[in-house]
Amino acid sequence: MTAPNPEFEADCIRRILAGERQLFHALIGPCERAIYFLLLSLLRNEAEAEDAAQETAIKVYLNLRNFRGDSQFRTWVLSIARNEGLGRLRKAGTRREDSLDADTDEQTGDYTPAILTSWREVPSEALERQELGTMLRKAIEGLPEIYRNVVLLRDIEEMDVRETATALGITDGAVKVRLHRARSLLQRELAPKLEGFAPQKKGLFGWFK
Amino acid sequence: MRIDCKHVWGHISAYIDGEVDAALRAEIDKHLETCEICSAVLDSTRNVVVLVADGRVFELPAGFSTRLHARLERELELAGPS
Repeated sequence: MTAPNPEFEADCIRRILAGERQLFHALIGPCERAIYFLLLSLLRNEAEAEDAAQETAIKVYLNLRNFRGDSQFRTWVLSIARNEGLGRLRKAGTRREDSLDADTDEQTGDYTPAILTSWREVPSEALERQELGTMLRKAIEGLPEIYRNVVLLRDIEEMDVRETATALGITDGAVKVRLHRARSLLQRELAPKLEGFAPQKKGLFGWFK
Repeated sequence: MRIDCKHVWGHISAYIDGEVDAALRAEIDKHLETCEICSAVLDSTRNVVVLVADGRVFELPAGFSTRLHARLERELELAGPS
């Protein structure tokens, strides 16, 4: 993810509002990924998420004058994206059960990790095998919505706690609790399956397995 | 006070993010020295976090950016920000 650059953004916004409209492409570019994946997480449909992402970008452009600079630009953009996504879910009457049921942090659940006695590191190079990427995506898609959103913004888009909380309209504490639960659920789901992706351990003399 | 495994699991995410205070971190580190289960749980959780964060796991659909900017271009021609 591209790190936000507040000075660049402020300068862009000033110039766009003064008439240099073309600069909007450069302003919104670094937010594209986060907009799309937040919407995909909410809407769970690629075509719908893409259309909603385009609508979001247009709304950001049309409302640019309302950006006050009291939050990061990307945070503001993501709250517009979230509203766009929630609006679509409401309209379609398809706000899913899991989002309603799980919309509380008081929920108790089993967050016991997968118990292991040793761990062999799966290196990032293993992602060259498509099946690994597919497995990770499936595990994240299988998380309840409130956990999925947080993992997506915190771990995948690498946003900080404050920014994630603002974008999702929840407290910093809720972000931490949800992230903890999400990571536990992912570890439990994935750890047993990931073993096969770790490099084979060499025997003591290299030729033993 | 010696902490148990369940206690450690409850702090794994914060531990990975460097958000536990020094005293608790020291307790957890001490526990990890002798507990192979918690060490493996921590290492595997951290490994999972690193893998899902890799840009190759979630990629934008092909042509996403081109389509987005083409649609924006039409909009930019129509009107300025209100």
